[in-house]
Amino acid sequence: MKSRRDVFQAIADPTRRAILTLLAVQALTPGAIADNFKSSRQTISKHIQILTECELLEQEQSGREIYYLINAKKMKEVAEFIEPFRKMWDERFNKLEAIMKKYKPNK
Amino acid sequence: METKTKVHAEDGKQELVITREFELPLELLFRAYVEPEIVEQWMGTKVLKLENKKHGGYQFETTDPKGNKHLFNGTIHAFVPNQKITRTFEMENTPFGVQLEVLEFQALTDDTCRLQMHVIYESVAQRDQVLKLPFTQGINMAHNRIQDILNKLKIVNK
Repeated sequence: MKSRRDVFQAIADPTRRAILTLLAVQALTPGAIADNFKSSRQTISKHIQILTECELLEQEQSGREIYYLINAKKMKEVAEFIEPFRKMWDERFNKLEAIMKKYKPNK
Repeated sequence: METKTKVHAEDGKQELVITREFELPLELLFRAYVEPEIVEQWMGTKVLKLENKKHGGYQFETTDPKGNKHLFNGTIHAFVPNQKITRTFEMENTPFGVQLEVLEFQALTDDTCRLQMHVIYESVAQRDQVLKLPFTQGINMAHNRIQDILNKLKIVNK
């Protein structure tokens, strides 16, 4: 795999992140994925190709249809997924700390 | 900026550990978990019920920007002031199941303390889904923002 196809580059794009979110719920055909976007099928197909090259997606043949699903193993390597979760707690705890620093027991 | 909150989540495990050090005396940190008015402020939620005792329970309610109400609840299994709270946590009407939370409070100095939150989920898949929630919400928010901008543009063009 060429370094150009870097996982973090792949998820830096909002459309590709949205595709990953869709596939986090269920496996879909390229057509079904494209139906969720206003962009052309070719554009979405290009995004799918990049995600597949980064091994974030896997293909599964079912009859004549190809379904795309998330490669869970690869996804876990993407620490960026945990970062928003950590940030959410960090912000909450920052707030807690700020509130309690000003806190004066009135009882 | 230094990140004070750490999340430790190992691959293929159905648990995670959140740790955070506070520039607060231990008593004040614990109080932030006990007093409903304070919980409301930092959690950004309405406290419908908060019984800080063994066999007690709690229920919180949040309202999202669209005005939808979301309920959270849990049961308190252990409550040791300034030391430990063991409780369950559940987002009502979601497929995320129930998680077990063990909160340990520890003084470091007179003015600093540490919180460790050990969270155990029903399965590995469920943990990973919950971890991805803020990520997903971030995407949705970005989409809503784009929609807002587009709507405004439409108005200007008319």
